[in-house]
Amino acid sequence: MDIPYTVEVRRDTGLTNGKIGIWLFLASEVMLFGALFASYILIRTGAATWPRGDTMLDVPLATVNTIILISSSVTMVMAWASLMRGRFGTFRIYMGATILLGFGFLVVKYFEYSAHFHEGALPSTNNFLAIYYTLTGLHGLHVIGGMTVNAYFWGPGAKLWKTNPVWFTNRVEHSGLFWHFVDLVWIFLFPTLYLL
Amino acid sequence: MSEPTRPSAVAAPPHAAHDVHHEELGFWRKYVFSTDHKVIGIQYAVTGLLFLLFGFTLMMLMRWQLAYPGAAVPWLGALLGDSRMPGGTMLPEFYNELGAMHGTIMVFLGVVPLAVGGFGNFVLPLQIGAPDMSFPKINMMSYWCLVLGGLTMLGSFVIPAGGAAQSGWTSYVPLAVIAGSGQTWWLVGMIFLITSSLLGALNFITTTIQLRAKGLTFMRFPFFVWAQFVTAFLLLLAFPPLEAAGVMQLMDRVAGTSFFLPSGLVVSGQIVNNAGGGNPLLWQHLFWFLAHPEVYVLILPGMGIVAEIIANNTRKPLWGYRSMVYSLVFLGFMSFIVWAHHMFMTGMGTTMAAFFQTTTMIISIPSVVILTALVISLWGGSIRFNTPMLFALAFLPMFGIGGLTGLPLGLNITDIPLHDTYYVIAHFHYVVAPGSLFALMAGVYYWYPKATGRRMSETLGKIHFAGSFVCMNVVFMPMFIVGMAGVSRRLFDGGATYDFAQPVLHWNVVSSWGAWTLGLFQIPFIFNFFWSIWNGEKVGENPWQATTIEWSAPSPPPHGNFLGAPEAYRGPYEYSVPGAPKDFWPQFEA
Repeated sequence: MDIPYTVEVRRDTGLTNGKIGIWLFLASEVMLFGALFASYILIRTGAATWPRGDTMLDVPLATVNTIILISSSVTMVMAWASLMRGRFGTFRIYMGATILLGFGFLVVKYFEYSAHFHEGALPSTNNFLAIYYTLTGLHGLHVIGGMTVNAYFWGPGAKLWKTNPVWFTNRVEHSGLFWHFVDLVWIFLFPTLYLL
Repeated sequence: MSEPTRPSAVAAPPHAAHDVHHEELGFWRKYVFSTDHKVIGIQYAVTGLLFLLFGFTLMMLMRWQLAYPGAAVPWLGALLGDSRMPGGTMLPEFYNELGAMHGTIMVFLGVVPLAVGGFGNFVLPLQIGAPDMSFPKINMMSYWCLVLGGLTMLGSFVIPAGGAAQSGWTSYVPLAVIAGSGQTWWLVGMIFLITSSLLGALNFITTTIQLRAKGLTFMRFPFFVWAQFVTAFLLLLAFPPLEAAGVMQLMDRVAGTSFFLPSGLVVSGQIVNNAGGGNPLLWQHLFWFLAHPEVYVLILPGMGIVAEIIANNTRKPLWGYRSMVYSLVFLGFMSFIVWAHHMFMTGMGTTMAAFFQTTTMIISIPSVVILTALVISLWGGSIRFNTPMLFALAFLPMFGIGGLTGLPLGLNITDIPLHDTYYVIAHFHYVVAPGSLFALMAGVYYWYPKATGRRMSETLGKIHFAGSFVCMNVVFMPMFIVGMAGVSRRLFDGGATYDFAQPVLHWNVVSSWGAWTLGLFQIPFIFNFFWSIWNGEKVGENPWQATTIEWSAPSPPPHGNFLGAPEAYRGPYEYSVPGAPKDFWPQFEA
């Protein structure tokens, strides 16, 4: 038995199931990060002192990471656009680049974290670091999640291209929407934690 | 590989390719790791019912301590070991475990899995004429996340150090942060349960929007579908903030952060060595931001079930269907901005309190509209008093009592003396126990024939109903009296150490015997539930002469649900249409 509207759009809504599903999922993600940002505001406004981000954290490294993530969003779009043009080979290249950029982001993050740990700047040190580790840690988990899904579409999941290219293209688009969201969260995290 | 042309020009492959797969699935894939919404719905419902029984058992144990403080529990006491009940007498710590886990289990593992997971999964796709949920694998994953969460919660009872969570189902900080290891299990379990709800919610919304049958416009939805639709939005948007709060509490407990620990916190005469600067109220805000919409998650599916059953058994259309739907949507929206009425006593300030008591008064209006519409629907009907209808009828006054007794709690001034007394317990249990649970029981009796092809025994059903109805009131009505006398709900001895409580203490005994008798009256239900699978009266597709689409499928529906593609030709409740050949005109008949 097949579920209708996984591949073709429903006429009165103009959408596939997956498209609605991913947007609903992102809505819940907005609430998740929204709650954490709200907590950040509440804790910061209630604090007697609050360090400026650039005195505690490494702004140049984070700038590099921002550039990496934005580039990965571009390659993600290119991967999807390649599929739309029917070019599976270029899709593989761009999708591979997206995954590698994500990996690069995590490597930079690893160096940031380990430098903090060496200085003894732990989550328990103060609430600035507590919210920093919680927000960036959760964001890092999302990066890993997005990379896993992308790796699946780059590797074993790509079999679907042969049997149902429209469906496969849609799936890559949905995974791309999630990846852009992860990117967008970072765009908010970077100024909030590092610059303000 | 040969590169296809532009995907947009490629036709979707013929569906025949998939039908090859139709060989019989093995036992595990068919009944355990199934992706069929009906199997998952039944799994959810049975899991929910089992957890309801377990949560109720915890409470029956607590009721002994409240009725006879310090007395050894007969038989059972010795079984639970010296760390919990030395010599059969309950330790305060164990009482706290039971209290926290009763709330957690009843809300997150009992009512929600049964109401949303069970009825939502089983009934919703059938009612909208869909072959399955839109994401069957995600649906299965949602159920198994629930199981993992449930097992984590159960496991926390038997861990060597400390036992289960003891800080209440609300897990208020800083108490929960400094509590024993059971609290960490609670948090991990909650993260599984939240994931389960999120996956379920996005599936319900997508299914409702995308998979409705031809002709089934939104205003032709049965009220139950609307109720599940709004509920799914509440779950989707209200749960993530609790997940965020749960992560922060986990950080506080595991990584030593101070999100919820204020500076200079003193525990047992010692200053806690932490960074400080945290905000305990933050937890309460984030918790109630979920937990108030959660209250509506508990009640809305029940209202949906009751609406279906009342229309069916009065043989009349629902009175004011449109106003009910608009009220429902408004209610769902408002439920996001009333949360701090749980926090009048926290010192958050009078401005905040004024705002939240206003929104609370406003949200009572749509609830009253829905309840009133249901009551007026009874007017002039030739009512069939079968078991589902009896439970549905009982829901109306019980939910009414629960709702009306909530008004004094929603007003800042009257909340002050009533806060945290047994009055609060009585209020919300009237909403959830004889309210939601009666509606859910009505739903079990009503849709059982669809799920099994057989009807449950009416005689046993009526015994179950009559006993439960009387006992529920015996349990909860005295709590209003005890509460208005000022007895706190947090006392491990039910108030025995306080002089002012002495005149009302005997009501604790009444409540307790009510609870145990209520337990006895569930035996006919449990027996009926299993006995009827094999011995119930066999029925056809539409045993209740109902109008909605699920009754056009065979009972039980096969894989894929319907024999043809169902279509909706009219509204959901065309009963007793003048001039029609029979007293119901199904939505699915041309």
